Amino acid sequence: MNQAGLQYKRRLKRRHLVSRMFAIICIISTWFGLLVVALLLIGLMFKATGIFDITASSQTELRNWLTPHLLTNHMSSHPEKAGMVAGIWGSFWLMVMTGFFSIPLGVGAAVYLEEYSRENLFTKFIRLNIANLAGVPSIVFGILGLTVFARMFSLFHDFPPIGIPVGIGMIKIPIPFGRTLLTGSLTLSLMILPIIIIASQEALRSVPQSIRHASLALGATKWQTIWHQVLPASLPGILTGTILALSRAIGETAPLIVIGAVSFTVYNPGNMEHVSDYLTKPEVLLTVPSSDFTVMPLQIWNWGTKPQPEFQDLASAAIIVLLLVLLCMNGLAVFLRHHYGKRLDW
Amino acid sequence: MNLNPSENLIDTATENLPGPAVSEKPGSPELATKIETRDLNFFYGPMQALFGISIKIAERSVTALIGPSGCGKSTFLRTINRMNDIIEGTRITGTVYLENESIYDPQVDVVELRKKVGMVFQKSNPFPKTIFDNVAYGPRVTGIKNKNELEEIVERSLKQSAIWDEVKDRLNSSALALSGGQQQRLCIARTLATNPEVILMDEPASALDPGSTSRIEDLIYKLKQEYTIVIVTHNMQQAARVSDSTAFFYQGELIEFGLTETLFRSPREKKTEDYITGRFG
Repeated sequence: MNQAGLQYKRRLKRRHLVSRMFAIICIISTWFGLLVVALLLIGLMFKATGIFDITASSQTELRNWLTPHLLTNHMSSHPEKAGMVAGIWGSFWLMVMTGFFSIPLGVGAAVYLEEYSRENLFTKFIRLNIANLAGVPSIVFGILGLTVFARMFSLFHDFPPIGIPVGIGMIKIPIPFGRTLLTGSLTLSLMILPIIIIASQEALRSVPQSIRHASLALGATKWQTIWHQVLPASLPGILTGTILALSRAIGETAPLIVIGAVSFTVYNPGNMEHVSDYLTKPEVLLTVPSSDFTVMPLQIWNWGTKPQPEFQDLASAAIIVLLLVLLCMNGLAVFLRHHYGKRLDW
Repeated sequence: MNLNPSENLIDTATENLPGPAVSEKPGSPELATKIETRDLNFFYGPMQALFGISIKIAERSVTALIGPSGCGKSTFLRTINRMNDIIEGTRITGTVYLENESIYDPQVDVVELRKKVGMVFQKSNPFPKTIFDNVAYGPRVTGIKNKNELEEIVERSLKQSAIWDEVKDRLNSSALALSGGQQQRLCIARTLATNPEVILMDEPASALDPGSTSRIEDLIYKLKQEYTIVIVTHNMQQAARVSDSTAFFYQGELIEFGLTETLFRSPREKKTEDYITGRFG
């Protein structure tokens, strides 16, 4: 073999080596993340179920904290009696109300930006700022919510509550909103609005132009085209983005602490005592928006900051409940994307 | 591009035609003008795409628009139902008349215009809905809700577009499951359901196999009994087979317009002859 051939062979060997090393580095990066999460989860599981606690001192009693009590009991100063039912219902109503405010606003804004607005400096400015807003730390939204919703710039003193009539009675809204579910949901709505807008814009953009043209060419108005064709076709994408945004909101603590959500309460939203109250006493529902609340992450935070090791283990159990809820929401998002995405194979 | 001499084109064309009655040919006194443009100029931003197009298209006839890619024939087609309005930065001067109405007048409702001037696109674009919902969409957006009425319209339109027998048992299955040719006929049925006066077709068969293409051509031939059809095509045999008159576009100008037979057999312009004999384009 001549000189050039030998050199080529030598280089080839090195090239293969580099190639293999790169693959190994990528594999390590993947496994690093997975392993850390797996370790965390396993540690949490052991702590919550009392199998093993590496941080526990010798006199700590190891026991299973993942019990039905956790889901049905209220907060208590006795760890064995304590539960997170108020947090579960608080998180539930917070998500319902956040969705109620943020979905119409977010989808509406996305429809305007994608379907109606013309490309000019103003819309470019809006687009850029929506992307920037998505990166603003949540505590900033908390401060905003405190000023705008909870205190309303301290403009109103002794202002009578506003009544909004609905079918079964009046929803009484205090002015300013104070530390209520209404304030919490509006604050979180603002926080996730950019995420919903961006996800919806992408979903709308993925609908082929030919569908819009077909609809317009048949004599449909712009609104009919959007409502009957574009929105249904982009719904899986919009829903996926919305659910992912809501699962970010359900884990938020900081903005809720700032607006003054309570971390210790023995009342469910609307003073509901049993789930059946929502059916048998529907007027309970009317007081939900104006009631104080706590949420799961706040309860976890509350337990986690207590000195007793039992509360630490209880917090682990609560984290598992929160993670399960998150997993269900993300699973729903994946399901929607796959199930409805398949039918729309353009 | 097919290099057949023009004579052969016309021979095959006349053989395939089921023998149109003489009175149906354009230019004969019985046929009134359906669409007329006068000195039509069209601009995409600073670029002019159409230069002073003046043309008279007879009702209940098939007019083919031919020419090399980028010659403005599709742009011209889309000025007739104002689909160009959707594109930002376009501008138009001159007039387009549909019967006696100038369709670019400010008081003209473009939604109403597009109901009258239907359009079939190059790539079949059924909605991701059932076959029934696809066809019923046009009538529904105008506010027809009566189920019997809708069923009647759907059946009539599907029969008119010669696809009824293939889909009558699966009206409630997805239109996306149909073959390409069936989808295109479904799109024609969807257009017919709005009861248009004019049907614009933008290379309706360019993406289809020969069998589906000939079915679409038969359909076009049948539909011209009732509708005015303007069709853009890259396929000159197709133009010769289906159309009564042909317009040749080149670089945004209308070079020649006349009876298809005359235009293919003895073109007046050198450029037309060069194009139809396949010397360029």
